[in-house]
Amino acid sequence: MATEFKQIYQPICHQNIIELIDVSFAYQQKPVVEHINFGIQERDFVGLIGSNGAGKTTLLRMIVGLIKPDSGTIKLFGQPIGEFREWNRIGYVPQKNAFNPLFPATVREVVLSGLYGRGKLFRRITKADQLKCEEALHAMNIEDLSGKRIGQLSGGQQQRAFLARALINNPALLILDEPTVGIDVETQQGFFHLIKHMHQHHNITFLMVSHDMDMIRSYIGEEPKSECGKLKFFVKHSHDLEDCVETNLTHGLTGLRQLTAEEKVGVAGWKS
Amino acid sequence: MEIVTSEFFQRALIGGLLIGVTAPLMGLFLVLRRLSMIGDTLAHVSIAGVALGFLIGVYPIGVGLVFALAATFAIEKLRKAYKTYAELSIAIIMSGGVALASLLFTLGKGFNVSVNSYLFGSIYTLDDIDLLLIGIVTVIVLIAVILHAKELFLLTFDEDAAAVSGLPTKYFNMMISILTALVISVSIKIVGALLVSALLTIPTACSLVIARSFRQSIVTVVIIAELAVVGGLLIAGVWNLAPGGTIVLLLIAVLLLLLTFRRNLRT
Repeated sequence: MATEFKQIYQPICHQNIIELIDVSFAYQQKPVVEHINFGIQERDFVGLIGSNGAGKTTLLRMIVGLIKPDSGTIKLFGQPIGEFREWNRIGYVPQKNAFNPLFPATVREVVLSGLYGRGKLFRRITKADQLKCEEALHAMNIEDLSGKRIGQLSGGQQQRAFLARALINNPALLILDEPTVGIDVETQQGFFHLIKHMHQHHNITFLMVSHDMDMIRSYIGEEPKSECGKLKFFVKHSHDLEDCVETNLTHGLTGLRQLTAEEKVGVAGWKS
Repeated sequence: MEIVTSEFFQRALIGGLLIGVTAPLMGLFLVLRRLSMIGDTLAHVSIAGVALGFLIGVYPIGVGLVFALAATFAIEKLRKAYKTYAELSIAIIMSGGVALASLLFTLGKGFNVSVNSYLFGSIYTLDDIDLLLIGIVTVIVLIAVILHAKELFLLTFDEDAAAVSGLPTKYFNMMISILTALVISVSIKIVGALLVSALLTIPTACSLVIARSFRQSIVTVVIIAELAVVGGLLIAGVWNLAPGGTIVLLLIAVLLLLLTFRRNLRT
């Protein structure tokens, strides 16, 4: 009975979320990324590893449409990137030092800004939007910090605030750009734990750029699925979908809340 | 004291109240994106435009406005050429503007007296057309900021995230530059080209000391700028001082007060 249930809800394995077809990019005549072919399927957890200057960030910026490849095609959710419009399906967690710590914005303002996409142009923030924000804050267990200035939070708390911002749209794809740079080891572990849980129990596809091999090894494995130049793609595919029949955030992320609450007690430094 | 009730002073006061809203608002977006110097640059370039306007007998503020707009596009072009040293483009355009202004000044020696009021500001020279122009610019800026408050917030906080959310960041950047050029060129007659950037930057500097949220900082910058503008114009009117200087010194006084006050709060 249980297996039957599982099969019904499992998408036929599995739609391509990101497709890179012969993608190249050069910066001032110097090739940074050359002839990359790679596909990321729904429910994949992809770790993109490479040393400094290997082209990780360039590739990531191409995937989110910030720069255009010199040649080749990028498809998101089956659509060529130029025609892709459903940006609210993508959650984006920037590097920790992407903002100025003195910036006058509260945690709530930052989390809510995850909704300010193209679809929200010329529209007001509604009650429902506020509710989504509360849910995201709740899921990340930072509602008591919502009135604080974002720069006053610790590294781990900031990560969770940015994760809440990325999750507020209930994204199908979560892109993380070196999320653990400049954060102490214990906090990193707590963060990875949270990310792993999300991958195992929720219908989210992950692309994480990192130079931290340890975490990738421990979760995905030793061998990269594919290598292109100095870039390595580590992939873990998941089929554990039992928790994510519902897509709404409160339901979908209640497990996370328990997890972050446990972390609060379990791992010192995660919250402080 | 009778100066306060005079017609030209009231024109200056109304004009001051209007730029006291728009200048710090644009300044907030610029400073938070680390573009504090753009205001100064545009002001210096628009002075060249003002000089040209005098020379060829065309409405000086209008020519200054065209120059400021041209400067914003030139800065953008140069920024692309020097990607990682983007602030270089600001320095180049600024010195270019001053150089051009000084040349044009020497060409038309006759207007040296009125040029002074464009450099340091004046409460005597604002006429009805100037005031109308300030009013139009204020309406444009307020409409744009109110309509796009949330997009401007995201763009200012995290431009990459704004782009990933599908916002047309290029157009928003252009919009900020154009609005800034408009605000600066209509402000220089009151505050003066050499000092107008203070009205953009110092209110934000104050708000960084006390504001916790973005909403608070929007309110803070406008209140502080209005206090300084009204106070500065009154002082300048009564004691016959340059209004730009008094406004800026008042702004700095407020900033110092806030910094000391905060230190006392902490200890």
